[in-house]
Amino acid sequence: MVKRTALLALLAAVLVFPAVFTLPFPRHVMIMIFLYGSLAVAWNILAGYCGQISLGHAVFFGIGAYTSTLLVARAGLTPWAGMAAGAALAVVFSQAVAFPVFRLRGHYFAIATIAVGEIVQTLVINWDWAGGARGVFVPIKRPDSLWNFQFHESKALYYYVALGLLLLGLAVTRWLERSRHGYYFRAVREDQQAAASLGVNVAREKHRAIAVSAGLTALGGTFYAQYIFFIDPESVLSLSLSILICLVAVLGGVGTLWGPVVGAAVLVPLSEYTRVWLGGTGRALDVVIYGALIMVIAVLQPAGLVGLAARLGRGRRG
Amino acid sequence: MSLLAVAGVTKRFGGVVANRDVTFEIRPGELVGVIGPNGAGKSTLFDLITGFERPDAGTVRLDGRDVTRLRPDEISRLGVARTFQKLRPFPGMTTLENVMIGAFQKTSDVGAAREAARAALAAVGLADRADAHAGGLSTGQRKRLELARALATGPRLLLLDEVTGGVDQATVPGLVRLVRDLHATGLALVVIEHNMRVIMDIAQRVVALQLGEVIADAPPAEIVRDPRVIDVYLGEAWRA
Repeated sequence: MVKRTALLALLAAVLVFPAVFTLPFPRHVMIMIFLYGSLAVAWNILAGYCGQISLGHAVFFGIGAYTSTLLVARAGLTPWAGMAAGAALAVVFSQAVAFPVFRLRGHYFAIATIAVGEIVQTLVINWDWAGGARGVFVPIKRPDSLWNFQFHESKALYYYVALGLLLLGLAVTRWLERSRHGYYFRAVREDQQAAASLGVNVAREKHRAIAVSAGLTALGGTFYAQYIFFIDPESVLSLSLSILICLVAVLGGVGTLWGPVVGAAVLVPLSEYTRVWLGGTGRALDVVIYGALIMVIAVLQPAGLVGLAARLGRGRRG
Repeated sequence: MSLLAVAGVTKRFGGVVANRDVTFEIRPGELVGVIGPNGAGKSTLFDLITGFERPDAGTVRLDGRDVTRLRPDEISRLGVARTFQKLRPFPGMTTLENVMIGAFQKTSDVGAAREAARAALAAVGLADRADAHAGGLSTGQRKRLELARALATGPRLLLLDEVTGGVDQATVPGLVRLVRDLHATGLALVVIEHNMRVIMDIAQRVVALQLGEVIADAPPAEIVRDPRVIDVYLGEAWRA
């Protein structure tokens, strides 16, 4: 009951945030928290619950970004249609690539997902129609309109769309946690053979997990393109993006509902503010701080910040 | 008609023949023991029946239907449950959640699965550990957990790989009683067991394996008098 009240208060605070903070920068930080939070939430469905550690999720993000952007730039469609098409394409791609890749387990699966990511990035770099290595600009349209998914005057609408994406991911995760498939995902993560012996179709559950994860990740890709107005293979298809998505979830706590959100709420401001404060002193300093933080967390509390909070809570009660 | 019919099953791993031309049947409601020295091919036989391994030759039939090429989850859904010699709980889940994975075979409703899992845990005497993490259970408790999980799938045939192996002597009678109770409900069981006293006590029929081959298939009273079984397995002490 207390928890429910706290969550509603948090949601109310998040909803009124743009009314209080009218400057672009705080809104931008929140938008990035929502975006990376939603990506980590999506990744967590496959990796945290189903135990399949992907280091290629930038592919799904890139499919979302490129599909909508190319449909806007080359066919003049609304980005919302592109968002739906991108998510659908990411799901289809995930199912095709999952057949060979899911035959591998553990580290080998993770390595294969890196390979898939590198292959797709290389293909797009060499694909001139899609902008190649130079990337693609989203054509600027004025005035602001929901139809065109472009809001130049204020970031408030971006803020609410990003928040919507995060809430969608959380709702899907919550629903999965309370459904048979959520239990099956965890059984697959814990022991595939034991799960199979109890009637769990392991391959089908993995395919289901990656489909949901890929679709949600692609939605974030479209949002990114409409927010930044420029995409290229480096920004939306790189291995470093895949790793960042993984880091956010791992830092917060994998296999938990709120872990990825907590991870994003810590890492994104850290990255954005170190970029602002330490900008020019060397681009990598924020990454150094990330790295140090991840190492500290991994050594002290492998269950992530959520696990740390649970332990502190127990300590106080005990 | 037989519930399970294994006919001419052969399995090789490289140059090693784990099972050679194994043939036997299990009738509904029967309790059959499988004995044999280490490496005789007992666990491989379970893997072949439950789809974890595919035989190089021979067939496995369930109610007359050829299930030789089916996957483990498909065979589970046809009513064959098993435990593993090397126990495989889902360590990061609670005892109750472990059993729910089995119970979901009969229902997709989480509440109904939870109730069925509670009933299965009560049946094996683990109800008080329902919310404990499975990774923290003792060996005896984990054996009961695997049993509960298998039972929750609602099987017609249950394959138990070493019921009393690895547990202390004080726990053995309870596990044996449990197997007897399950058999009394009409469930067919095939039990791999090293403890000869246990197997002679509970089994209606015993299949003896040696180097992957069936060397005897008879009631316990005859098995203990079979010269080949005595030679390869029971040893001099059993020669009356």
